[in-house]
Amino acid sequence: MRRRRTLAADEGLPLRNDEDVVRARHRVRELAQHAGLRLVDQTKFVTAVSELARNTIIHGGGGRLHAGLLQDGARQGVYARFEDDGPGIPDIQMALTDGFSTGTGLGLGFGGARRLVNEFEAKPNPTGGTIVRVATWR
Amino acid sequence: MNRIPILKLGHLLLVSIQVDMHDRMALALQEDLAERISQTGARGVLIDISGLEFIDSFIGRMLSDIAGIARVLDAETVVVGMRPVVAITLVDLGLTLPGVRTALTVERGMAMLPPPTADEDLGDDEEAEDAGGR
Repeated sequence: MRRRRTLAADEGLPLRNDEDVVRARHRVRELAQHAGLRLVDQTKFVTAVSELARNTIIHGGGGRLHAGLLQDGARQGVYARFEDDGPGIPDIQMALTDGFSTGTGLGLGFGGARRLVNEFEAKPNPTGGTIVRVATWR
Repeated sequence: MNRIPILKLGHLLLVSIQVDMHDRMALALQEDLAERISQTGARGVLIDISGLEFIDSFIGRMLSDIAGIARVLDAETVVVGMRPVVAITLVDLGLTLPGVRTALTVERGMAMLPPPTADEDLGDDEEAEDAGGR
């Protein structure tokens, strides 16, 4: 098992309104560039973050984004972790099914975001709500 | 809140999205455009998205909705200038932009829209045009 390091952990970005979604996109765009991702992977990562940030606000009742760089040997990557304050997702597997949506029908849910990144993980937050973590490597 | 400008170009309306829009801004554009189509009687709308670095499901839905609203108001919409990486991402995301016609360039997009008709040449809706336009 390779040892991974998470770099540049930050204090987190609040996700409360649609301007925060724009801030989240800009933050991870910078990180993705810094990690040396190809333009297409940068674009996919930023798009996934946009979807997940909006999910956090609409379905999760708001929350925070933590994002930073990853290092695995010579390989660099970028991650984003969303923690919401919502009631949690009763069935995470179901939420990953394409076309599944609990809310207004906005967005493509987790399924769309998952296809845009290398790693995708959704799990209940022990303190309530849901944690979604995505990562993409150079 | 900043709004996306809508330009009248002869019998067409032209929108060039050059900023990263938040969701309310996208919704405002939808409303403004519906209002302008109705005001001007425009038969075609060109939306230039060459400035957009990504399209998420919200913006994609906004583009689809604009095309639908315009159609109901008797105008056609063509979205032009999508970047290749944006197209790749859209397909992976699973967004199909239902009802949206696309063209690679503004020139090709204009060719897909209805030409001006005789009465539009006479400018019979100019009275409805806002004074700032001239």
